Amino acid sequence: MSSLQESGPIRREEAAPAGANAILRAALSSIPAWLAAVVMMCVVAMAVFAPLIATANPTAIAPAERLLGPTSAHFLGTDALGRDTFSRIVYGSRLSLTVGAGVTVFSVALGLVVGVFAGYFRAFDMVIMRVMDGLMAIPGILLAIALIALTGASLATVLVAITVPEVPRVVRLVRGVILSVRSEDFVEAAITLGSPIRRILWRHLIPSTVAPLTVQATFVFASAVLTESTLSFLGAGLPSEIPSWGNMMADGRMYFQLKPGLIFFPGFALAMTLLSVNIIGDVLRDRLDPKMEKRA
Amino acid sequence: MLLFYVLRRILAALPVMVLVAIIVFAALRLTPNDPATIMAGEDATEAQLEAIRVSMGLDQSILVQLGTWLQRLATGDLGVSLISGAPVLDLIGDRIGPTIALSTSSFLFTMMVAIPLGVLASRKPGHLVDRALMGLSTLGLSLPVFVIGYVLMYAFAISFRWLPVQGYEPLSSGFWAHAQRLIMPSLALSGAYIALVARMTRSSIIEVKGEDYIRTARAKGATETAILIRHALRNAAIPIVTVVGAGVASLITGVVVTESVFNLPGLGRLVVEAVLARDYPVIQALILLFSFIYILVNLIVDILYTVFDPRIRY
Repeated sequence: MSSLQESGPIRREEAAPAGANAILRAALSSIPAWLAAVVMMCVVAMAVFAPLIATANPTAIAPAERLLGPTSAHFLGTDALGRDTFSRIVYGSRLSLTVGAGVTVFSVALGLVVGVFAGYFRAFDMVIMRVMDGLMAIPGILLAIALIALTGASLATVLVAITVPEVPRVVRLVRGVILSVRSEDFVEAAITLGSPIRRILWRHLIPSTVAPLTVQATFVFASAVLTESTLSFLGAGLPSEIPSWGNMMADGRMYFQLKPGLIFFPGFALAMTLLSVNIIGDVLRDRLDPKMEKRA
Repeated sequence: MLLFYVLRRILAALPVMVLVAIIVFAALRLTPNDPATIMAGEDATEAQLEAIRVSMGLDQSILVQLGTWLQRLATGDLGVSLISGAPVLDLIGDRIGPTIALSTSSFLFTMMVAIPLGVLASRKPGHLVDRALMGLSTLGLSLPVFVIGYVLMYAFAISFRWLPVQGYEPLSSGFWAHAQRLIMPSLALSGAYIALVARMTRSSIIEVKGEDYIRTARAKGATETAILIRHALRNAAIPIVTVVGAGVASLITGVVVTESVFNLPGLGRLVVEAVLARDYPVIQALILLFSFIYILVNLIVDILYTVFDPRIRY
């Protein structure tokens, strides 16, 4: 027993840098991945330094300057209320990244807990998985717009409403990994030797979920960013004065024939962000977990 | 035996459907809204509200309400719209036409494009054609439906004026009038679905091609086309059918967005209108309807397994 416990921290220290290195190497070893990483860094920089990059207040209304084309003062033009399109796109990245990161953290954390529970404590498995089947059958976007429209849109409700439909996919993934690792000899041995459940979970089971969860997290992130902008586009997201890419596109719909840029500029920012995240996710999957299929 | 299997699959899908109904009911009831206020308007008196609550059964406990609702559902009664007072079933009947037209044409288009593309990419894995197609598929999976929709609209309706910008005409006003308004929505909606199915076709054919029976077929002199159709595609069918079923979820999301972009008066528009008006019975009914369609499609997928793989017998 004591020798097992002593080997614990040593092995974990060895495992952590190797895992981080593998992830780092995986992310940086192809050209599309590099480009995707550069785009993502630009988007993150845009969000962090928004007040420095933006050329105007993103919510300042200027009726005299409505629907301008690109000028030196507004180099992507202005919208129907005279707000600066470029500055709104810059500030919009904040909301997209916040929602993406928030939903990813919440759904991975929640999915990990529930998935481990279902995979390890078999008594709960049946009930948990049927509930997950039920949740998965409900189109996520519909559940999200209903929840948000009925509770009132705020950052918190948007986060919850997008997280709920993402959780079942994480649960399924984690449960699958736990089930397969649990039947491995070394885990059986640890159980037979009387290791406490907590040790078995943290030493043997949870580390094996890290690689597939890292891959899944990128797809959850992309999906959350897309869902948030879809909600705003449909008019069921945060109030329209808040700069978000989906809100900008929703506002631009009436003027599309006149000023297509009102939809195309934020649409381009959204598409580039999603494309970059998906490319990074694909590369991670190929390197870390070649057998896993996308959108499991 | 097949009949027995089908019956068993249907029985297994029923609890999921009941569960979906309970989740939808609970999710909507946990929100802090009073349907009576929505129905009567903001300036109704407390007595009027109370009367409405009693008539709708809202004064009962939540479990009794759930029971009544499930009971009505089982008999096909979806309730009445809070806003227009029309039965929800009639509303669905009025609006289902464009949705069926849009989803059928997108589905057919997807199958016609995605499977040939997947086969093409699988011929020489890692070569230029394959890489180009897989790059396109990542693009297809990344571009939101509304971005594709507006790009198409700008190109084909505003710049070239080949197609009407938006709107819908039923089949009864002529085939071309009907079809030309479906072209752009179907293209926009198919994008992600094509990418998904083409990817799966490619990877499952590549996997199957490594099998012994393909080598045997080649050794006895079968042509590449015969190998592809008789051996590879047939055995690759199960993962393809699975992803077609799973993709229905994204197709449903896409329908809601596409109908909004192109102003098609279908069920997707109806659900957005109902959400913005907080029309509970309509929202509940439509979320259920879309979920049941998803469950049903995946039930069909399960049954198709036995058709494509004679080894699966129950």
